Amino acid sequence: MAVSSNPYSLPVNPARQSNPGWWVMVLVIATEAMLFAYLLFAYYYLASMSGNGFPAGGAPRLTLVVPNTVILLASSGSMYWGERGIRRGDQRRLRLGMLVTLILGAVFLTIQGIEYSRKSFGLSTNAYGSLFFTITGFHGAHVFVGLLMNAVVQVWAWRGWFTRERHLAVTNVAMYWHFVDIVWLAVFFSLYITPRLS
Amino acid sequence: MATTTVPAPVSERLTRIWETAPGLFGALASVDHKTIGKRYLVTSIVFLILGGAEAAALRVQLARPDTSLMTPEAYNQIFSMHGITMIFWYAAPVLSGFSNYMWPLMLGARDMACPRANALSYWTFLMSGVFLYTSALVGQMPDKGWFAYAPLTETAYSPGLNMDFYAIALTFLSVSTTVGAINFVVTLFKTRAPGMSVNRLPIFVWGTLTTSFSVIAAAPALTAACVLLYLDRRFGAHFYDAAFGGSALLWQHLFWSFGHPWVYIVVLPAMGIVSDLMPTFCRRPLVGYAFVALATVSTGMLGFGVWVHHMFATGLPATASSFFSAASMVITIPSAIAVFSWIATMWHGRPVFKTPMLFAAGFIILFVIGGVSGVATAANAYDLQLTDTYFIVAHLHYVLIGINVFAVMAGFYYWLPKITGKMLNEKLGKVNFWLMFIGFGVGFFPMHTLGLLGMPRRIYTYAAGLGWEWQNMWVTIGAFVFALGVAVFIANFFWSLRSGDDAGPNPWDAPTLEWATPSPPPPYNFARVPIVGSRHPLWEGRTSERTGQSLLDTGPILDEGRDTFGTTPLDAEPDEILRMPEDTMWPFFLSLSILVVSYGLLFDRLWLGAIGIGALFVCIAGWFWPRGVVRSPAGA
Repeated sequence: MAVSSNPYSLPVNPARQSNPGWWVMVLVIATEAMLFAYLLFAYYYLASMSGNGFPAGGAPRLTLVVPNTVILLASSGSMYWGERGIRRGDQRRLRLGMLVTLILGAVFLTIQGIEYSRKSFGLSTNAYGSLFFTITGFHGAHVFVGLLMNAVVQVWAWRGWFTRERHLAVTNVAMYWHFVDIVWLAVFFSLYITPRLS
Repeated sequence: MATTTVPAPVSERLTRIWETAPGLFGALASVDHKTIGKRYLVTSIVFLILGGAEAAALRVQLARPDTSLMTPEAYNQIFSMHGITMIFWYAAPVLSGFSNYMWPLMLGARDMACPRANALSYWTFLMSGVFLYTSALVGQMPDKGWFAYAPLTETAYSPGLNMDFYAIALTFLSVSTTVGAINFVVTLFKTRAPGMSVNRLPIFVWGTLTTSFSVIAAAPALTAACVLLYLDRRFGAHFYDAAFGGSALLWQHLFWSFGHPWVYIVVLPAMGIVSDLMPTFCRRPLVGYAFVALATVSTGMLGFGVWVHHMFATGLPATASSFFSAASMVITIPSAIAVFSWIATMWHGRPVFKTPMLFAAGFIILFVIGGVSGVATAANAYDLQLTDTYFIVAHLHYVLIGINVFAVMAGFYYWLPKITGKMLNEKLGKVNFWLMFIGFGVGFFPMHTLGLLGMPRRIYTYAAGLGWEWQNMWVTIGAFVFALGVAVFIANFFWSLRSGDDAGPNPWDAPTLEWATPSPPPPYNFARVPIVGSRHPLWEGRTSERTGQSLLDTGPILDEGRDTFGTTPLDAEPDEILRMPEDTMWPFFLSLSILVVSYGLLFDRLWLGAIGIGALFVCIAGWFWPRGVVRSPAGA
């Protein structure tokens, strides 16, 4: 086998997809996705056990959540735009994309907070309240973690530590961010849309 | 087969590169998979002894009727802790210990793919166990059984800290299992020796790989269940509270969605240990390698479709029960494939009954008995009679002790010479085996009949005259004989360290790569990275199998840094060099901060939790902060 002649002709720690760090993020996302699957299972299970009319007060209003969903999806777009930028070695596009993503993510959490404050029920009102605040709260916590990751990696981006070849941290943060957005679609569909379908 | 020799300056340089620094820093910062593996093994054996001591206390209490050695409350705490300790802090971690130590050696790598994550997985395992056992110091150990059914666990019926310890400790532990599982999967994908293609993996590797995928998919169910329990208890949520639209059965669904895959998580690698030592002691390759590998994977997958068989008595619709009953029966197929493969290997081989082989043979017998009682409990109608009786206790101990502990003992007698460099005493080993095997039969077989006689599980005492007396006495005697066997094992271990014969690289003339290294292996495992050409690299040319040719003495050295090959997932073609991280304290501090958060959650101290979360963030940022980055030219 050719490797025995000169192994160091192979690249050392190439920062590309299929790097161990990339696989770790893929598997972290897989296990987190399962966590949300089990939480949504809890939602559907308790909904199916409740007889008719779940939630009791009717489906939650869409006034704030629809624009908020659009904002979160847009943040995935800006993240994608920035990551595509660094793939071509465009530092400015990376910085701008990540900054816009950070701001849109923070706006999402703020609007989420406003929606929380307008709810007539709380975590301890009934099982539906527990489900609503726990599931959206878990998602919000994931958004928050994504923002922290974004903030740290952005510091590195502004210091110019990423190049066209080496930007695995950006790829990982972007993957995580897209995952958080896709989970939101599942949460949004389950909590806001399915009650309108029955 | 001699081990590879390289010139002394090369081996010295490799040692310098890979060695852990001595002293406290090295002890807390080591990322060597062999150090971590040994720690996993020792720690899980300590938990086995703790859980065993709890079992001994239970059996003294139950030896005779109307005993009042302990109060019902104390009994509840001790039987719960016995189950929790054995299932969560012994049975899976001990297998992680073997996997951590053996994987890189079996796969021909120099470390796991993510050495720091490996250290994190150990520290969180240790600290979650320490957290769990602080409940003993405050006298409020979990007391609702290892599966902690709601609504008994709700604050109204369980006002103390007991179940808070349970919920937080298990969530903490799932960090450890998840990180460990991810590391195993990435290691398999990335860091195998050139040529170690998937059709050449030892079955033990298949076992741990399968269970790692199971952990990734199933552990979040337990985390979710425990977090919802904590929210119910501390924040007044109503997930398990039927009065406010919740459901006690939600707990059971979530818990068993995790719990049944977990059963296979604690047995599949153990079955792998037996599958891998079988060829060594039967002096021939495993019969039906591909079938056993596929049976391992399919058992892991089927394990996700059978959780409701734990819930037959909860009044589910008959259709659902029938479906899950049938699915449970299907698992007998892959299990039987494994059993017949072992029998055929013995039948066609020339078995040498050294201690590891004795334990493996005992394992097969207990596996079959535990499997048959499993078929009984999978049958819906039968299970309705048996559920919550001692028959279930018998079944689960046949499965967990038979398939886990006996295989683990076989693994220790097989691999400890590799780990310590010293042979265990063969005579003591045989005494060890027979004490455990006879003790087990005497102790656990009567539980079947006790169950059929109607003795319910989890009772702290029973009245005289029910016809249960002499069998309970037998159970207690058997349990103590079994415990004596474990004590002989520990004595044998210390004896071997002092006076055992030197093992040499390959004392059993075994076929797989871990035996191509000195015993104990040097910090860098392989001086020359092996190039693998067959499933039995150390038996090439000696079996009738037509195989490729492995290169163990002429492979590359890789000594420019902590380097190992990165290879492709299926065929293990090298496509990069992975420079592995140096020793670091971040995993230790990260675990410590999770411990602080856990106590903050337990005692409702916001400031403590805030300190922990802050420290957690600092640790993660510090861990991932780029070192030695290649800075791009300004303005690029």
